[in-house]
Amino acid sequence: MRVVNWEDIVIAIEKMCIKANCQLDDKLLLKIKEMRGNEESPIGQDILDKIIENSKIAYENTMPLCQDTGMAVFFVEMGQEVFIKGGTIKDAINEGVRRGYKSGYLRKSVVKDPIIRDNTKDNTPAIIHYDITGGDKLKIDFAPKGFGSENMGRLSMLKPSDGIEGIKNFVVETVEKAGPNPCPPLIVGVGIGGTMEKACILAKKSLFREVGKYNTKPHIKELEVDLLSKINSLGIGPQGLGGRTTALAVNIETYPTHIAGLPIAVNLNCHVSRHESIEI
Amino acid sequence: MKEIHINTPLKKEIVKKLVAGDRVYITGEIYTARDAAHKRMIEGMKNGQELPFDIENAIIYYVGPCPPKPGQIIGSAGPTTSYRMDDYTVPLLKLGLSGMIGKGERSPIVKEGMKAYNAVYFTAIGGAGALISSTIKSSKVIAYEDLQSEAIRKLYVENFPAIVTIDCKGRNLYEVEREKYRI
Repeated sequence: MRVVNWEDIVIAIEKMCIKANCQLDDKLLLKIKEMRGNEESPIGQDILDKIIENSKIAYENTMPLCQDTGMAVFFVEMGQEVFIKGGTIKDAINEGVRRGYKSGYLRKSVVKDPIIRDNTKDNTPAIIHYDITGGDKLKIDFAPKGFGSENMGRLSMLKPSDGIEGIKNFVVETVEKAGPNPCPPLIVGVGIGGTMEKACILAKKSLFREVGKYNTKPHIKELEVDLLSKINSLGIGPQGLGGRTTALAVNIETYPTHIAGLPIAVNLNCHVSRHESIEI
Repeated sequence: MKEIHINTPLKKEIVKKLVAGDRVYITGEIYTARDAAHKRMIEGMKNGQELPFDIENAIIYYVGPCPPKPGQIIGSAGPTTSYRMDDYTVPLLKLGLSGMIGKGERSPIVKEGMKAYNAVYFTAIGGAGALISSTIKSSKVIAYEDLQSEAIRKLYVENFPAIVTIDCKGRNLYEVEREKYRI
């Protein structure tokens, strides 16, 4: 049994909240620069230049890249041989979010009740997905999820006979319908299989993948490549004002499913596709 | 792209000259309002209350900024998605609102209202909150302070970068440009 102090988790989460919001990861920035080189639309070129400049200003001033510093989403992998001394993992994460959003001057965007809509004023509660694993490691992945893009996500319970064409149509249609709203260029997260909630969680999880990395299964990688090309043929372009750069990546995660079903979920991320990972 | 420097208040004769596709740099006072502030303004109007600022020839910026750090004027301050304000927009256009800054498409009702009352819709770059923040020179909460990031602020901006996306004749950059690059 390995003992981890509750307070150490809180401090790590606080730092993650600030870093993820203020610093675009290198691979993503490189990808945006690469796509800028291929962009044909003059408006699109100008927008991509400003996006690159924005990342520089944010980094130099430790300022959030985007004012929507999101709802805090976590994926936790906790070894069954880890013991947290001083409190629960859930409370540690929420306390870290509370501190990080305050000390980092990040926007508090969470309301207590979806109908009454009064702000919780500290950006809690976080959304936390848990996975209990073997061993004594504690891995925490974090993504602040802005709702300009979150609002454009969709789920569909396809029939098995809809097959790969049905999947492609649904993903492309989701991006097309979203148009400028999710702040393209996008990272398109896709979850296929499982049950309805599992497909949504897979789609979310796929957004945590490093840009430029493909699914390890060859037939899924092929689908990712094909979908990216189809999406970039739509003409939507940066901010929806026309061009070739509509998506930077399509990330697909899959899971076994039922003989009668083919659930599919699409979760979009804007070009400020933020995520951080730590192992304690 | 044609580059134009404009000042606020944004007079209707200037609005009429702006064409979808023009790149503008805005200088002067603009007002922030997003979901909850719009809801409150419209409900207030129904109850006979006055709006918290002079709407005639005004520009509203759909934004909920991050809080400023000590010594800073405002935190990150990029546009939010505009369609959520569509249900509240036409009554404001009727009262003389000249311009809106946001991101994303507008509803057919808003587009008709813009033509009827001569208004312009600008988009700013979504996600470029740090860059846009550097053009904001002063910020003061003038109403609905309890709404925090959603409160109404009077901003003074210098060379705020935006693009004329839907003009008062109904020309729509989203439609025109997208078709050019569709394969």
